[in-house]
Amino acid sequence: MTPEQIRREVSAWLDANWRVDRPLIEWRNLLLEAGWAAPHWPEEWYGRGFTLEQTVVVVEVFREMAAVPAAQVGPRGLASETILACGSDDQKRRFLRPILTGEHTWCQLFSEPGSGSDLAGLSTRAEFKDGNWILNGQKVWNTSAHHADFGLLVARTDWDVPKHQGISYFLLDMRQPGVEARPLRQMNGHQSFNEVFMTNAVVPPEDLIGGEGNGWHVAKTTLSFERRGFSRRVRGSTLDGPKQGPIYEEYEEELRIAAEPYTWYPQREGRVDLVLPRARETGAIADPATRQEIAKLICLHTGAKLASDSAEAKRKAGTTDIIPEGSIGKLAASVIARQASLVHTMISGADAMLSGPESAADGLIAEILVSVPAISIAGGTDEIQRNIISERVLGMPKGYRADQGPFRDIKRNA
Amino acid sequence: MHIEFSPEQQLLRDIVSRALREKSPATAVREQMASDRGYDPAVWQELCGDAGLAGVHLPEAYGGAGGGAVELGIVAEEMGRTLFCGPFLASAVMAGGALLEAANEADRAELLPGIATGATIATLVLDDLNSPVGVGGSIAATVDGVLSGTAAMVVDAHVADLLLVVAKGGSSLGLYAVEADASGLDIAPLEVVDQTRKLSRVTFSDTPSREIGQLTRQSLNRLWDRVCSALAHEMIGGAQHLFESTVAYTKQRFQFGRPIGSFQALKHRCADLLLEIELARAVTYHSARCLDAREGEPYAASMAKAAAADAYMSAARAAIQLRGGIGFTWENDTHLWFKRAKGSEVLFGTPAIHRERMMTLLESAA
Repeated sequence: MTPEQIRREVSAWLDANWRVDRPLIEWRNLLLEAGWAAPHWPEEWYGRGFTLEQTVVVVEVFREMAAVPAAQVGPRGLASETILACGSDDQKRRFLRPILTGEHTWCQLFSEPGSGSDLAGLSTRAEFKDGNWILNGQKVWNTSAHHADFGLLVARTDWDVPKHQGISYFLLDMRQPGVEARPLRQMNGHQSFNEVFMTNAVVPPEDLIGGEGNGWHVAKTTLSFERRGFSRRVRGSTLDGPKQGPIYEEYEEELRIAAEPYTWYPQREGRVDLVLPRARETGAIADPATRQEIAKLICLHTGAKLASDSAEAKRKAGTTDIIPEGSIGKLAASVIARQASLVHTMISGADAMLSGPESAADGLIAEILVSVPAISIAGGTDEIQRNIISERVLGMPKGYRADQGPFRDIKRNA
Repeated sequence: MHIEFSPEQQLLRDIVSRALREKSPATAVREQMASDRGYDPAVWQELCGDAGLAGVHLPEAYGGAGGGAVELGIVAEEMGRTLFCGPFLASAVMAGGALLEAANEADRAELLPGIATGATIATLVLDDLNSPVGVGGSIAATVDGVLSGTAAMVVDAHVADLLLVVAKGGSSLGLYAVEADASGLDIAPLEVVDQTRKLSRVTFSDTPSREIGQLTRQSLNRLWDRVCSALAHEMIGGAQHLFESTVAYTKQRFQFGRPIGSFQALKHRCADLLLEIELARAVTYHSARCLDAREGEPYAASMAKAAAADAYMSAARAAIQLRGGIGFTWENDTHLWFKRAKGSEVLFGTPAIHRERMMTLLESAA
């Protein structure tokens, strides 16, 4: 179908079906049946087999007509894409619909206190006893885990094989006595993540996904969706036009809850947009040393934007591998954030000691200065990105590893 | 504005790259840098004359290929990669650019075809190589075009048939043409750090010339932008060469029983360098597109010059450091690129000067 045909068909369907007084879930069930919930998915699973570009057209029409889309934001999107890619038909039947309608929220349970950069070195234990998987261990950095209904979890099921081979992937019901989520407070004062403790938590055998010992493969699938920002591109953003009616209240509340952990994310990127206004407002724009650092920041920021547009064009033409390009972009974001933090410090001077609503830019500057350290850690540290770039882009030799052989014999954190 | 290349532009790059690899290997660079002339006229004729590279950016009406700043950038980048020795920057970029920007139509028609075919070697005499603001302070012209004054450093003046001089004539800046055999003209070759790009001191003592055009501050700035963008491309080519050769070296060199490229200290430095070069490359390619679109050129050109110079020097420092002692020897080729990087870093304005120019432009636009 051409973009014009898609546009006509979506518009006609929305004209006939979109009503602001429908309950949210009822509306989304209609979307699912019509194949507009996830147009890039296959027809048997609420989609139309569209390409990403075709899907973007659908998202645009929904936005223009201010029609509420299916629930895809945050970890939900990772869950649905992972289950679609690796799940059994039974799992797809049970899990996909309530994700898309928004009835279920999900979280990702991957990182552990003892395995951060080395995810495959995880040591949460899953043992098969009396017909169920019994889980014991701890996860960390789990966004939305405190209100999630389900979690995407990787655990070790075999300790006698090399580390990547002994991992299995589970769909964990969070609403059970053996699972406890505790909020984790970060250095910037926000609580965006949780620690999750599992004490004899139970997973029925039908909620193991991708087969026993195949969890690393499934986890890589999840991570590839995360890196591609897939859900970000297909979920659509703010709806256009006037938004009055009961369905919007339900939708806005869902978005508010999903967005809450991320309110400080722009600050961890350094808020380059605030640099010039602040420099002019404070008069720091006249300081030669500050001007030099601002110009360096602009060079980096402009270069990264141009390079990422260029990489995106190559990706569309199918001539590049997404992961190394992503690593270069991620490293660039860290460099830019650090330079922006330096410039904000120069602009503020002694005022940079203050925080809170009465400090510079309504507290934003202080929040930038204490949030930027996160950007070079979250989603793979700068050091890991440099390893990926040097090994996969530049073909430099891997270093010697001390984690071959049975996982049981590998030195790890106590 | 995107920074992709068309298939035609890619083809141009492939052809130029292949020709330069063949005609300008490091052995040839060493031979030319040790000579007084500094380039091989036969190779110059073949590449810049027969193959038309000297006129790649000049209009077809003057014997050029009709390309723009993007095509010029491609050629400059590939020349920078191999450290091609020849008066390309002086003649094609600087003098050719000055004629296009400032000369009268009759003089363009007379002088540009020789430059486009490489038959004429020209250079541009500027009495300040730091910033366009200072140009015109040291050379003065009478109403009859008699020049007096000194330019402390002129690129490739020692081989020029034609010198185009920016001089103060009364209250304005003019462009003056001086033949190499004019009376009262003294060209004294200087000892230079980067021997692949020769410099001379040029002194005019009542030297006769012909005024061929006027320069406004604006047209002088535009000329400066064109030259800086081309030089930034040249620097990106040099940085890329150093980067590739250094990464290749770390894969071959063994210490402690393993290739040194397997040590994270080196891998991480290479990854950071890749990032710095890629970002500088993006703003450099962008500057050429801005020039061709006549949109935000000074800002983009200064950004390119600053970023490319910093990236080239980073690459040059890493190229020596990661090679260790061998990288500091005369025998090893790395220092040839290091010196070109250093020379290019300060020619037409240090990175700090260009960053200040960016901020001035930004604030005057605000």
